[in-house]
Amino acid sequence: MALHDPFDANSSITTCNCGQHATQTQHDIAVGAGDVDALNSRVVQTAVMKALFPHDGERRKFLSAVGASTAWAAISSLVPFGALEAMAQEKGSLEKKDLKVGFIPITCASPLIMADPLGFYKKEGLNVSMVKTAGWALIRDKVLNKEYDASHMLAPMPIAISMGVGSNPSATSVMTIQNINGQAIVMANKHKSNRDPKNWKGFKFAIPFEFSIHNLLLRYYLAEHGINPDTDVQLRVVPPPEMVANLRAGNIDGFLGPDPVNQRAVYDELGFIHILSREIWDGHPCCSFAAPADFIKQNPNSFAALYRAILKAAAMARDPKSRPIMAEVLSPANYLNQPKAVLEQVLTGKFADGLGNVKNVPERVDYDPFPWYSMAYWILTQMKRWGYVKGEVKYKDIAEKVYLLTDAKKYMTEVGMTPPKESMKKFKVMGKEFDPAKADAYVNSFAIKKA
Amino acid sequence: MVSKFTLKAAFISLMLLLVFLGAWQLATQPRESTAVIGGDAEYAALMGKGEQKTGFPTPAMVGKSFVTYLSDPFYDKGPNDKGIGIQIAYSLGRVALGFLLATLIALPVGFVIGMSPLLYRAFDPFIQVLKPISPLAWMPLALYSLKDSDISGIFVIFICSIWPMLLNTAFGVASVRRDWINVARTLEVNPLRKAFLVILPAAAPTILTGMRISMGIAWLVIVAAEMLVGGTGIGYFVWNEWNNLALPNVIFAVVMIGVVGMFLDLFFGWLQKLVTYRE
Repeated sequence: MALHDPFDANSSITTCNCGQHATQTQHDIAVGAGDVDALNSRVVQTAVMKALFPHDGERRKFLSAVGASTAWAAISSLVPFGALEAMAQEKGSLEKKDLKVGFIPITCASPLIMADPLGFYKKEGLNVSMVKTAGWALIRDKVLNKEYDASHMLAPMPIAISMGVGSNPSATSVMTIQNINGQAIVMANKHKSNRDPKNWKGFKFAIPFEFSIHNLLLRYYLAEHGINPDTDVQLRVVPPPEMVANLRAGNIDGFLGPDPVNQRAVYDELGFIHILSREIWDGHPCCSFAAPADFIKQNPNSFAALYRAILKAAAMARDPKSRPIMAEVLSPANYLNQPKAVLEQVLTGKFADGLGNVKNVPERVDYDPFPWYSMAYWILTQMKRWGYVKGEVKYKDIAEKVYLLTDAKKYMTEVGMTPPKESMKKFKVMGKEFDPAKADAYVNSFAIKKA
Repeated sequence: MVSKFTLKAAFISLMLLLVFLGAWQLATQPRESTAVIGGDAEYAALMGKGEQKTGFPTPAMVGKSFVTYLSDPFYDKGPNDKGIGIQIAYSLGRVALGFLLATLIALPVGFVIGMSPLLYRAFDPFIQVLKPISPLAWMPLALYSLKDSDISGIFVIFICSIWPMLLNTAFGVASVRRDWINVARTLEVNPLRKAFLVILPAAAPTILTGMRISMGIAWLVIVAAEMLVGGTGIGYFVWNEWNNLALPNVIFAVVMIGVVGMFLDLFFGWLQKLVTYRE
């Protein structure tokens, strides 16, 4: 075998096999390439393994820990090695190859991050540089300034930006939802015996951003328990990493935050997971992958390529089998910069809740990319309910303009996923049904809202 | 030759450091991990028992991060993870650019308002209002109007480091000894020559003091600015490690910021000595 086996824990893929040549290429020339087909597949496998494990030592550790056959099974479920060539699509020439994509280091961003080490962007001919960003307001500014071509955004942000709420109006579109569920209400340890929200008057909560699903869900949750989020409690915008520090300092009583921050608070023994966000609305959108309308108009082919890469990454991330490997890949400083143990608990759904229980919730976070119009409708109803938008809301116009559902269907089919046929669905939030056809009646049905 | 006095001072410095490290070690002595509430083995494993993670880091832990980062200061593992050397280089580059721009404007303007009491009076209210504004207050405005985070960072350095230089230049120029100017006048020296050969050398020490203060401010500002805009630089490094709550790395970065700041200050101190003369 001319190339060494990348699934062999004892061999190195950074130098040559026999150790007599400086590089593998030299070795290959020296020994003469053997079976061409086998060599080709080895080249593909080695490239993927190198992308997954830039450090040879980590690859070896990983292989000796789980065994080569398990690793092979897990990784081939991530990357369909055999279909790599078949997946090459006919592409129009890309208008822009070097793209800058912003992200916030939270597990919601997993698909768009994973597309980088897995080479999904490269396969589409894109050279994407992923830029870690300090906060949501900065993401908004950098997208508006055209510093980012596309970006990780909270699902309500593109709606707010397009409508000019909290910024100058600038048409921004949601290409895919990044993740559904995957958030939690974390309370400080001192409230362990005070789990009833009715007693939470006067509490201080942190949320990551005004126009976040976190804010809307927390408001909904509190209001359902008779707490008016505008007058009875304080909601503070705090960047996720500082949520944990604020909890430690006792500045806040709890937060509805993104993972891995929730699990980090538990891991650092500062708080406990009161409820997972899926207990409020199972299947709620959290983050999205968004691009300014100008970018889409000016670069239709690059946009399509980016779309395919993101969708493939979402398909990969949905598979429970790929979750432990994702934790491994996302943990280093270049991406999330969080302990692997924390990420693993978030992604696999087997976690310590901070109250002494081990919970097993495989649906804790999921990566369903489909941007349902009904999600946008619900977000708009809540924005209206809490006074972020005033007057009559044109649900249909806004949802159809901002959530690119038609494109999502088209590209999902292109990459071999099966998109749902409908574009709206009814769902329940804390037991109460939301019918997108009766959005205004829904807003009026709440007793607690901003007058 | 090293004088006895210097040696004594060095000895006391060393003692202070040791006392500080000792107190730190005592204060952060790793305690037995708190009992897990009703925990079984599986729960304990998920909570990461047996790993040092919470609490303030010990000197040894910080020492370890010094060794890790300093042994490989120029690595580059993608856009969000670069070695400390590269990060500091980015920060210094921004500071240099912003500072240079500030110098280019502050020195000539300072010169002009220093020579003319009328202009000095006219400019004074603006300078007094703009001077005390915090760099971070400029940031949103800069981001909004300049539409580029990198340029905004440089602008913030510029706007914050310009004032001490401007004021010191004006003050230095204004307080050149009258005798010298009068001598120049009697000799009928032309104005340009007077400015460069009489006033500039006389005001140089004051001007450099201004530059030294400005550089200190620029270095203070860059860390804050980079924490806000992110991307690269030592400020971003602090933010990224803070994101991971990795306090040893944050302390490491804090010390590096201090060391670099000290060298910048020493450099300007040396320049100052060069232009100072004895009467």
